[in-house]
Amino acid sequence: MLVVVEQMLNGLQFGLLLFLLAAGLTLVFGIMDFVNLAHGSLYMMGAYFAATFVAWTGNFILGCVMALGATLLLGILLEFVALRHLYNRDHLDHVLATFGLILFFNDAVRLIWGPAGLALPLPSWLTVPVQILPGVNYPAYRLSIIAVALLVAALLYVVVMRTRIGMLIRAGASNREMIGALGINIKLLFTLVFGLGAALAGLAGLMQAPILTVQIGMGENILILAFVIIVIGGIGSIRGAFMAAIFVGMIDTLGRAFLPDLLRKVLSSTAASTAAPAMSSMLIYLLMAIVLVVRPEGLFPAAKR
Amino acid sequence: MKKAFWLAGIAALALAQPASAGDTIKIGFVSTFSGPTAAIGNDMRNSFELALDHLGRKMGGKPVEVIYEDDGQKPDVGKQKTEKLIQSDNVDFIVGYIWSNVLLASLKTAVDSKTFLISANAGPSQLAGELCSPYVFSTSWQNDQTPQAMGTYMTQKGVKSVFLIGPNYAAGKDMLAGVKSTFKGEVKGEEYTVWPSQLDFSAELTKAKNSGAESIFVFYPGAAGVQFLNQYAQAGIKAQIPLYTAFTIDELSLPLQKDNALGVPGAQQWVNDLPNEENKKYVADYRKKYTGLRPSFYGAQSYDAANLINSAVVAVKGDTSKKDEMKAEMEKANFKSVRGAFKYGKNHIPIQNFYLQDVVKDAEGQLALKTVATIVKDDQDRFHDKCPMK
Repeated sequence: MLVVVEQMLNGLQFGLLLFLLAAGLTLVFGIMDFVNLAHGSLYMMGAYFAATFVAWTGNFILGCVMALGATLLLGILLEFVALRHLYNRDHLDHVLATFGLILFFNDAVRLIWGPAGLALPLPSWLTVPVQILPGVNYPAYRLSIIAVALLVAALLYVVVMRTRIGMLIRAGASNREMIGALGINIKLLFTLVFGLGAALAGLAGLMQAPILTVQIGMGENILILAFVIIVIGGIGSIRGAFMAAIFVGMIDTLGRAFLPDLLRKVLSSTAASTAAPAMSSMLIYLLMAIVLVVRPEGLFPAAKR
Repeated sequence: MKKAFWLAGIAALALAQPASAGDTIKIGFVSTFSGPTAAIGNDMRNSFELALDHLGRKMGGKPVEVIYEDDGQKPDVGKQKTEKLIQSDNVDFIVGYIWSNVLLASLKTAVDSKTFLISANAGPSQLAGELCSPYVFSTSWQNDQTPQAMGTYMTQKGVKSVFLIGPNYAAGKDMLAGVKSTFKGEVKGEEYTVWPSQLDFSAELTKAKNSGAESIFVFYPGAAGVQFLNQYAQAGIKAQIPLYTAFTIDELSLPLQKDNALGVPGAQQWVNDLPNEENKKYVADYRKKYTGLRPSFYGAQSYDAANLINSAVVAVKGDTSKKDEMKAEMEKANFKSVRGAFKYGKNHIPIQNFYLQDVVKDAEGQLALKTVATIVKDDQDRFHDKCPMK
């Protein structure tokens, strides 16, 4: 039973991390109607900035805060220099241009930091396991990811639902032309939203960095999951992204944890161990397919247009 | 007039290819030069280039031309690159291959065209057994051999039970099967993870921790090895459940694994401190030529591959059309390997020693790998009986 609790925490942690990445993506996609494949590159840049600044300052928290600021600025710069010229084009042009940006960022990182990747070591107070229940020890760092991500989710909720900026963001998501016609500076709003999305991606990247390594192309695999999440949750919906991210995190982790044992009851041991990882990674896409059939708008669509 | 035009055209074509077949030794090199595991490909290329420097960039009196191709760690891309090198570049030898699944996808192209293929790393069980070929040689090992050595060591040490974790692809399956074949204790469980996309091992570590196993064995090459060790250390089980590895800690991953790797044993056929003269020269010159870098076993195997090819080309005095003679020469393993002398089995896989390596702080205060003991001597892979070659 305790194993189940621990695996659910693993799933929750993975899901919340995915939420940070998906939240930025769904905002940009939903409000600006802009397909940003380079979102994964911002995730990577967040991790590289954090590894650099933490090594530079010698302070984990300070380095991470600086990295967050740097990713925010990078996002704003990127929107200002490149992306705002693309809003009037169709989605295919967005995909082409942002795919180009992926290549640009990968090679820029190779030039600046080299091909080998970096390590982001944790301070010692985060590397100890914490006893959360009698007999269940959980890594302190993964607990802190859960805490930070929940905090960010709450903040996002307050900003989007309770502030003027949030009201504009929601209005932008449901009818872009109308808020432009009402005299809102839509250009500034888009720059802000893109910067916010970039910072969220950067946060996801820098929090994932100590668990994985900081390396070129680290954002590409996880970006696919983020797209799956925004499709399941409903494009433009923060609440949808939150619920879908936790679904996906849970399904992925619990699938990996328990599917092999279930399969071993019906298949031979070797066949089960080989089939289980393939099947558990399929489960997420299966969920997406079902959602697309049953509710093409996603589970929590942002608003009816 | 028309005839003169054609003749001029033909002459121009002939002049345009001054290095037509036969004047140079052409070698194709397929490895991973992009993505998270590019560091491995770079190390292999660095070592191959160093070997060519040591050979005066000539083999059998002819200049050597190497064409490097990136497989991106994908079997389909590796196969395309192999076809390109053999069919349009007409290489005499094709070398490299980090990944077993890439090699298996590329193998048929090389064998069908009777081009010599030297695997400088991948050693899938099929290659040693039913798919063995007169045109394929290995300067590495068969996948099972290294984990078999680790299993032997764990048994000697009196380890009672183990939990196995590895990636779900050709080499991962060979590796876990290898440990199981020599480890005498109980296997409490085995987990395969999606390769190469899964980088978070929380679910597997939780299972290992709760399985009651006394030890964990893993195989995670390249960046995944860094990630596994990070997460193993963060989960706080390093003190409770000792880790045993194959191909998880090497000179490329160690600068990222740092103290997480301290005291984690591995098995290997080559370690940077092996005391033969050839190896001392290789390691010293590598560190001189590529400042700040240290060679890994991937590099050592590529260095050996260049020297193996050289031995064959020298034996036929540069006439690479004499394939039977080159094959006969390579079967003698008549070159100075940086791992020390070895013999080839009839399936062209080395019969060699495997050493226990440990991570220590060296004289310069840096983390380094060190040979602790010889686990097995003159070990031959367990699939050679399935190879139909005599």
